[in-house]
Amino acid sequence: MAIFANYDTNGFYDEYFMAEGLVRDYAKDLVLNIDALNKKQLKEKQKAAELAFFNMGITFTVTGEETGVERIFPFDMLPRIIDQQEWLSTEKGLKQRIHALNLFIHDIYNEQKIINDNVIPREIIESGTSFIPQCKGLQPPKNIWAHITGTDLVRAADGKIYVLEDNLRCPSGVSYVLENRLIMKRIFPKLFESMSVSHVDDYPSQLLATLTNVSPVDNPTVVILTPGIYNSAYFEHSFLAQQMGIQVVEGRDLVVDDDFVYMRTTDGLERVDVIYRRIDDLFLDPLVFRADSLLGVPGLMKAYIKGNVSLVNAPGTGIADDKVVYKFVPDMIKYYLGEESILNNVPTYLCCDDKEREYVLNNLETLVVKAANEAGGYGMLMGPSSTAQQRSEFADKIKANPRNYLAQPVLALSRVPTLINNQVEGRHVDLRPYILYGEDIYVMPGGLTRVALKKGSLIVNSSQGGGSKDTWVRAA
Amino acid sequence: MLSRVAGNIFWMQRYRERVENMARLIEVNFNLNIDIPESEKQWEPLLRAVGAAEEFQKHYQDFSRDTILDFLTFDLRNPGSIFSCLIMARENARSIREIITSDMWHEINTLYLFLQQSQNQILNHHNFYSRVKRQCQLFTGISDSTLSHGRGWHFGRVGYLLERADMGSRLLDVKYFTLLSSPDLIGSPFDNIQWNALLDSMSALEMYRQKWQQIKHVNVAEFLILDRDFPRSLYSCINRATDSLLTIVNTGHNPHAREPYEISRALLDRLEAMNGESIISYGLHEYLDKIQKGLLEIGKSINSVYFSTEDSTKDTQKKTIFITKSTLIES
Repeated sequence: MAIFANYDTNGFYDEYFMAEGLVRDYAKDLVLNIDALNKKQLKEKQKAAELAFFNMGITFTVTGEETGVERIFPFDMLPRIIDQQEWLSTEKGLKQRIHALNLFIHDIYNEQKIINDNVIPREIIESGTSFIPQCKGLQPPKNIWAHITGTDLVRAADGKIYVLEDNLRCPSGVSYVLENRLIMKRIFPKLFESMSVSHVDDYPSQLLATLTNVSPVDNPTVVILTPGIYNSAYFEHSFLAQQMGIQVVEGRDLVVDDDFVYMRTTDGLERVDVIYRRIDDLFLDPLVFRADSLLGVPGLMKAYIKGNVSLVNAPGTGIADDKVVYKFVPDMIKYYLGEESILNNVPTYLCCDDKEREYVLNNLETLVVKAANEAGGYGMLMGPSSTAQQRSEFADKIKANPRNYLAQPVLALSRVPTLINNQVEGRHVDLRPYILYGEDIYVMPGGLTRVALKKGSLIVNSSQGGGSKDTWVRAA
Repeated sequence: MLSRVAGNIFWMQRYRERVENMARLIEVNFNLNIDIPESEKQWEPLLRAVGAAEEFQKHYQDFSRDTILDFLTFDLRNPGSIFSCLIMARENARSIREIITSDMWHEINTLYLFLQQSQNQILNHHNFYSRVKRQCQLFTGISDSTLSHGRGWHFGRVGYLLERADMGSRLLDVKYFTLLSSPDLIGSPFDNIQWNALLDSMSALEMYRQKWQQIKHVNVAEFLILDRDFPRSLYSCINRATDSLLTIVNTGHNPHAREPYEISRALLDRLEAMNGESIISYGLHEYLDKIQKGLLEIGKSINSVYFSTEDSTKDTQKKTIFITKSTLIES
């Protein structure tokens, strides 16, 4: 073994190795193939991959910099590999979870049975900043609210898969899965021929079917609503539109007239039936939500409520990925489906509960504290690596607004070998599969593997030094 | 087609053409200066030819070659620099990536990366400018051979043809003025070099020679303005733009959409009534001025008819904004 000769798992769960030199069955041919390369070849392949990303303009815009500096999302070419059997049960668990979450959102904005039956406290729901009162009584087409979900999964030291977050608003990253695969096929053509890897390229057509499934009319005009080219995920918006053969529109391209939505074309106004919106609820319609929003379309919500246009995902889904509500997902599954949750939840301590808050405040050093509605790795405290001052600041924040905070044990995320300065070293990863709720529930095999490139880091977000890897589910 | 998208394609191609013209102009000026003694080397007129002299003097006093070249090539304070225009072309392309083909995007993106990497380190000027020019031509070729020739393609075509006609008329105006203002030089070897350079900067020298062999200013004017077959003559540009505008009318259902076509058609009719002699006796400068005004009118009309569709509804009067720099000579 050349490439992996000095590879050390450092006692972490490793997705390739059970222990040093002991390769997991489903990774054997992969390790063998990569090991046959020499370091120069490895380096050349990594370089070729990076150049391809730049030339293809697969970039994200760094938030907060007005000029819109474009970066590539760092890519590591050693794929994450997943055993077929394990994937099948994960997929089943994801379907179960999305099913229950959709029933939950519908219930919350309508009959509120789950509250009345005392499974989830009313104040937790109604105090949630992402609970949208304007959605009460709403019956979206086919009662689907979260059509597109990107659930974050991690594997902990015990080898089990846990759900870390349910992203039910506008989960991003799927374009990287498709582009990563394209580039991997270019740099490892032979590997793909010899190993059977589940295809991911079906996603755009599945997505289009999911969007048209909720259209109010036959042969609908479907568009993607983007905040514009300076948005960090703009590449993805245009990429998905291109793959589906539909238009990208900005708020200023749309107009509502008589409660129908139109786009301004060179021939005048043309009706729009389904909007895959990639802007947050609060920016959708300045007449209903934030009046200062320039991204949205005045009158859009009224057109939506009247059923003249479909919004994907529906407004209001954010309440189900409130990190406090997360704790109750296994209860929801039991309540709505009468089943035990297939996927594990991470033990969660809610700061709005007196006893649990007490525990959190006494154990800040060992816990990770999160704000209920933050994303991107912001607004959190990593207990073990925090300073005393940071902990006391967080303690104050928790006491001031207990509803907004929760804590979880720090999980030792599993690792995947990663090329660092032309050496292979273990780095922590998570996994975001994409789930589409259309006529059926479709789960993309694999998903986006995000990797924390900084040594020892557990934070995989692109804004904080994360990169990505291709994800290989072994085909049956 | 979305109004914004039509505008993005139009401006993408217009800026791309501006990049190409600027690169060609600089390249020709290099060649020109090779034949001229050191003391008479000309870089300042280049600034004037592209209308950038005033902006330049806000930042610099010395008219050295390198300062001028940098200003015209990389300086982002100069909205007409190659890099400024390319950024605008690419931003427009970026906002319609799902409309144009991947090959088109790839081409304009690699040109952008090339320029980004070449800042302050051009090893060989000739190679640099000729690569920029070629990659622009490649972009147009790829666009012609991969993008459906629907309305979007026609908007792009109108964009670059109007730009080409605009640049051509300004170059001719400036050069003609410079050349004829020193009567003692007429017919001298220096004069010939200058006329050659003018033709060359519109890629017209070889085709002109095939038609007229000898350099004569009336013929040069006639060739560059009125030639029916040469693809960079003002006539040819306006003719093809008119053709695209008509196709856009015929493939749409916008009852007000005839205006840009009709303005363009009228301009073409005026050109058809002229020849070299009649232009010179009318006054070349005056004549070119009229053409410029006509081009401006076409651009304005396209903008109001196709790109900035205002709301039919009462209170939300929004105008579509494109990625353009207002300081540039706008259509």
